[in-house]
Amino acid sequence: MIQSSDIFRVFKDHRGDAIVIPTGTSGRHWREFTQNETRDLNLGGAMGHTTSAALGLALGLPNEKVVLFDSEGALLMNLGILATIAGKQPSNFCHILLDNECYATTGGQPVPNAQEINYAGVAKEAGYSAAYSFDDLEEFATNIEQIMNESGPVFVAIKVVPEVENEPIGMRQRAPSRSRAETIRDLQGELGISAG
Amino acid sequence: MVEQQAAVLSPEALVEEFKKNGVTHVVTIPDSETNYLYELMQEQPWLDVVPASREGETFAIALGLIIGGQTPVCLIQNTGMMESGDSIRGMALDSGFPLVMVIGYRGWNRHGVITDSVARYTEPFLNAFRINYYLVEQDADSHRISVAFEEAKNTKRPVAILVGDEYHGFNR
Repeated sequence: MIQSSDIFRVFKDHRGDAIVIPTGTSGRHWREFTQNETRDLNLGGAMGHTTSAALGLALGLPNEKVVLFDSEGALLMNLGILATIAGKQPSNFCHILLDNECYATTGGQPVPNAQEINYAGVAKEAGYSAAYSFDDLEEFATNIEQIMNESGPVFVAIKVVPEVENEPIGMRQRAPSRSRAETIRDLQGELGISAG
Repeated sequence: MVEQQAAVLSPEALVEEFKKNGVTHVVTIPDSETNYLYELMQEQPWLDVVPASREGETFAIALGLIIGGQTPVCLIQNTGMMESGDSIRGMALDSGFPLVMVIGYRGWNRHGVITDSVARYTEPFLNAFRINYYLVEQDADSHRISVAFEEAKNTKRPVAILVGDEYHGFNR
């Protein structure tokens, strides 16, 4: 397993102008590395539907690269989205799954079939253009440039170290971050899109 | 004896309303009853049909499209709308963007007894989410779709169209 922060440390040098959507406990580390917050998007959550919203963004902005950092607990809630994405074949979409094999925010209980499921295999068979699995940082670092240049939809499953939270939600420390509305406003401003 | 022509809702009327209101994408789960509408939408060069795997996806996909400057519509059945509760909350209501959702009103019946429970719960569901709605049963009602678009735009909230003819298949 790889530390999530190491994934982002490597990824930041290959981001280019891509719109980045970090999610889940692992995704919080992106704030430590991003160098273009205007193109970072917080899409909120709704039982795994951030993946769906990321697809909508990729379809709505076909000339922009969209990179989603998803989590396996969220994806399992709505696994059919893989077929939906594959059906539309957004060439600008890179779907990176940070798989910590558990529900980290609720104490680390394992997700169903946590160690056996092959997410990249599911994505590939659903119809993604390409799918990769990594459990080694060097291997990820060697391949990320090619992956970012590939025509999508591309799926990347990475095993990451869980960062389990056991404190009551109200007692958890949160670093300041921009709200969904703020990130949407900033991105739309950058792209010259008037708010709906 | 004069034979009365049944009032119908044609797929052309809905597609015309979509065009008039600048719709770019219809995010949908097709079903056998809306087959004619699905075919007609596929034929429109200005319209991109996005088939979803589960209704809850449609509201989230729509949010992404809206952020990207597009004008989507969610087209699903009332059964799927109920499945989509948390997506409607998190992706539509909480996002503060206008959205028109076109809902097939399965089981609805103006004259007879409603026996399908999904029809009994459809309007209470929308009321619980405080989503306003308009009933469209025939072509003469289709202007209500433009009313819904205007209301959604002004309130920055989702507004629903209940298609009362859905059970009969968007009659041609």
